[in-house]
Amino acid sequence: MTFTIPIDNGDAVKNAEADSQRTLYPYVTGTSIVAIKYKDGVLMASDMGGSYGSTLRYKNIERVKAIGKHSLLGASGEISDFQEILRYLDELILNDNMWDDGNSLGPKEVHNYLTRVMYNRRNKFNPLWNTLVLGGIKNGESYLGMVSMIGVSFEDNHIATGFGNHLARPILRDEWHADLSFEDGVKLLEKCMRVLLYRDRSAINKLQIAKITEEGVTVSQPYSLKTFWEFQAFHNPTAGAEGSW
Amino acid sequence: MFRNQYDTDVTTWSPTGRLFQVEYAMEAVKQGSAAIGLRSRSHVVLACVNKAQSELSSHQRKIFKVDDHIGVAIAGLTADGRVLSRYMRSESINHSFSYESLLPVGRLVVRLADKAQVCTQRSWKRPYGVGLLVGGLDESGAHLYYNCPSGNYFEYQAFAIGSRSQAAKTYLERRFEGFQESSREDLIKDAILAIRETLQGETLKSSLCTVSVLGVGEPFHFLDQETIQNVIDTFEKVPEQEEEAGEGEAEAAAGDAPAEQGGAGDQDVAPMEM
Repeated sequence: MTFTIPIDNGDAVKNAEADSQRTLYPYVTGTSIVAIKYKDGVLMASDMGGSYGSTLRYKNIERVKAIGKHSLLGASGEISDFQEILRYLDELILNDNMWDDGNSLGPKEVHNYLTRVMYNRRNKFNPLWNTLVLGGIKNGESYLGMVSMIGVSFEDNHIATGFGNHLARPILRDEWHADLSFEDGVKLLEKCMRVLLYRDRSAINKLQIAKITEEGVTVSQPYSLKTFWEFQAFHNPTAGAEGSW
Repeated sequence: MFRNQYDTDVTTWSPTGRLFQVEYAMEAVKQGSAAIGLRSRSHVVLACVNKAQSELSSHQRKIFKVDDHIGVAIAGLTADGRVLSRYMRSESINHSFSYESLLPVGRLVVRLADKAQVCTQRSWKRPYGVGLLVGGLDESGAHLYYNCPSGNYFEYQAFAIGSRSQAAKTYLERRFEGFQESSREDLIKDAILAIRETLQGETLKSSLCTVSVLGVGEPFHFLDQETIQNVIDTFEKVPEQEEEAGEGEAEAAAGDAPAEQGGAGDQDVAPMEM
């Protein structure tokens, strides 16, 4: 996925130098994030893997973080860009707190800010290589949205990124409904994460589920899902297609 | 205030710890024609007296919409007021663009105050000669602030600035305790009555005042002349029975006696001021 922008003098050396100043492809990546609105707020699930190409290099990466009092940010894609975004948001929240008045930035404001950042970077051909999921609740109103690396942004009742787009979304569309209880919400997320675990090769069996309610943020301890590998199809996977693997 | 040897530069302190140029700027606010603000739990009303330079000219605009949820009334050097209104509109719209939400009034007011403070600490600048009554609505409710040329700001339940504002303030002081729970209509009525106090004897007509409202579910807008006249008619017709008339300041004659535009003389008014 390489491309170069023509630069004034067309000097090859200069081009190479300029290229090293902008993101061309991701290196250490996180896979899907799945999130849903439920009765008391928002639930967000992610695994703790950081892939270095096809190698599962890092297995303790927290890809969901609390932002201020009212928001949760989950990211898939380049981990270093996620860390950069966390630094931007840290400054944003700090300045917000420094006003020391009764106002605070809610999830809608943070989402919009991120949309502006992502879109502006995209316009400079130097994207932050992430798909971000922003969830939160303020004054009783829950909020859930996402922004992609090209600045596409929208809100919905349930969000999935990466492989989750293909594997989790159909489940969510079928089974999500308003006012899910916490237990049902977690069950639904685990169902999605289990499918991702079986079918997404960049997923690992170590996940965290984060919850945000009016009271605040709780991120669960990492845990594993029970899996079953004794399906007949797995015993002789090439039975139906001799010669394949 | 008399001239003294410490009042030439804004960056010169007096021995008693005063910045005279800043105080003179506040005098300029007192020369402008009156502006009044009141707020309840859910609404803010801004009203002002329409002053025209002469019969030939139109009156100056003293109330500006900053955003759907914020309005500002000014008194003093209206040119300074116009420039600051533009700044406020800019801040409000920039916040909306980045955060897709309404700029909290308290934050706008602090930025305004900081901007005014800069002009009190630069030898090549002068303080803004305008007082601003900023009324707005945000998550924390309805607010009314007063921004001084000095860079100070205060929050009020109700306030009046400009010439003869003391009469309006006296009226407001009598009644402000009821404002928080006041209905929208009562708030508007109190604003117009406060305006009437500043006219001191001159007949109150809708052409003499501008009134604006904003509130929960109601974006900032001006009331039209007809609406204002209707409110005036509710108390002008039966002055004797009206308890709001207070000290029985009855407008005996019907309001048709043609009062001259320009009002009872404002001596010592420099051409650039209202």
